[in-house]
Amino acid sequence: MSAIIEVDGVSKWYGKFQALRNVSLSVAPRERIVICGPSGSGKSTLVRCINRLEEHQQGRIVVDGIELTSDLKRIERVRAETGMVFQSFNLFPHLSVLDNLCLAPVHVKKMSRAEAEAIARRYLERVHIPEQADKFPGQLSGGQQQRVAIARALCMDPKIMLFDEPTSALDPEMIKEVLDVMVELAHEGMTMVCVTHEMEFARRVADRVVFMDAGEIVEVAPPEEFFTAPKSERTRRFLSQIL
Amino acid sequence: MSWLHRNLFSSPTNAALTIAALYLLWVVIPPFVDWALIDAHIHGTSREACAGGGACWVFIKQRLPQFIYGLYPESERGRVDLAFAILIVAAAPLFVPRFPAKRWIGAFLFLVYPVIAGFLFTGGVLGYREVPTNQWGGLMLTLIVALTGMAGSLPLGILFALGRQSELPAIRAISVAFIELMRGVPLITVLFMASVMFPLFLPEGMNFNKLLRALIGIMLFSSAYMAEVVRGGLQAIPRGQYEAAAALGLGYWRTMGLVVLPQALRIVIPGIVNSFIALFKDTTLVLIIGLFDFLGMIQAAATDPNWLGFATEGYVFAAAVYWVFCFSISRYSQTLESRT
Repeated sequence: MSAIIEVDGVSKWYGKFQALRNVSLSVAPRERIVICGPSGSGKSTLVRCINRLEEHQQGRIVVDGIELTSDLKRIERVRAETGMVFQSFNLFPHLSVLDNLCLAPVHVKKMSRAEAEAIARRYLERVHIPEQADKFPGQLSGGQQQRVAIARALCMDPKIMLFDEPTSALDPEMIKEVLDVMVELAHEGMTMVCVTHEMEFARRVADRVVFMDAGEIVEVAPPEEFFTAPKSERTRRFLSQIL
Repeated sequence: MSWLHRNLFSSPTNAALTIAALYLLWVVIPPFVDWALIDAHIHGTSREACAGGGACWVFIKQRLPQFIYGLYPESERGRVDLAFAILIVAAAPLFVPRFPAKRWIGAFLFLVYPVIAGFLFTGGVLGYREVPTNQWGGLMLTLIVALTGMAGSLPLGILFALGRQSELPAIRAISVAFIELMRGVPLITVLFMASVMFPLFLPEGMNFNKLLRALIGIMLFSSAYMAEVVRGGLQAIPRGQYEAAAALGLGYWRTMGLVVLPQALRIVIPGIVNSFIALFKDTTLVLIIGLFDFLGMIQAAATDPNWLGFATEGYVFAAAVYWVFCFSISRYSQTLESRT
């Protein structure tokens, strides 16, 4: 099957600092990828390049047949097909939960308000908080906010979901409720690229685990192999620190 | 008693300050009350009614129509009343929280109302007598200048603020240059430019209305200040908001209009209101270019030989009216802030 995300020889610099070094990764449709690595390894930068929140300077990124260039039309098409969930939720605090969910369907997809609301309520149901529709983000717990953020991304009916450390800002007791939603999503066949330190999640749902360090992909392997028989010394050192 | 002790006499310094303040109030307030209320004259129609010490409110009473309408012909003043009545009726629902269809009311006020008001004020068609703008004056003119200034400077200021943050170098340079130029010169200079210099640059025979030029000058001037106020709000919005909007596929204008500006403007309500109040008071400067606004009319009336010597009453009245307007704006902004 042809890849839905094709990252080919991508490099990126912030000034003199090189954040990505010749990174290549291809993701098949319905594949679940977990990216892990020490902080500053470039894993967030990589997912943020996939929907062009960050611009890469070398190499090619092709998402669902659309190559990312500085062409705004292409960028908007790619973004309409990719949902993204952030570490800090980034809900819109001036809008109710329901309005957060309806904003993009109404204004980007030109859906009617009624249609968008119906979809929004369905996704709130799926992330298990239908009763919070009329509250504002500030009134919700972190875990609830992150689930709203996931629902908001899903409302655009994306082909790919990108997660950038979705549980890192959460209190321990709320991590599970968010991971549960992500596991359900994985079982439904969503293509997912997930930056996370939740190794248990990686073990349960990932098709492949990608280990990055210092801007490079060091190792890519299925989870059993990755956790039991890592090839690289750097991977072993990382795993010994977090497990 | 204990309240007195705690708040006013808690230490020798505080006690001294309290006594000094009380003395000051005693010196200022009773004579003012005597003058403005107790010894004041209010009945009658001429200065002869104002023999003796107190304030002569007869002067204000007799000249009030002029203070309000300027030299607008008496027979046509109903049109001015009608225009302001429409404004009040149309704008009132905007002050009610959660009133439906606010968007349409706003569109009416911004797009349709200026045309209606301009037509009512100017006339010249449909059997309405034409009233040239040099006959407009008084409070009516003050409100026209202030309201168009506010209505124009907020959207313009937002555009310049966005321009200043723009990634396009040309737009950024133009915005910065405009803002810094306007903030670097006094309003009087802008008004002089608009009324005296600008016509010199126009081809011979071409001319447009002095009031209109002043309106544009004031609008541009205060939009520069507004731009800086709005910029403060824009900078307070975290990057994550822009990123979340971008990740959902919202383009620049939708990101700004739906996500960033609603939050940014709410943050800077106090600054916006501050600019509005400053603008309201700055409208008095149009006197410099020969437009007789509210204060201008009062000053003109005070030099009328029939009423010489009553300038104080005029200025006190002017101060009271300006204060009522500015204070109302300020109170309204406080309810707006607390509502959010």
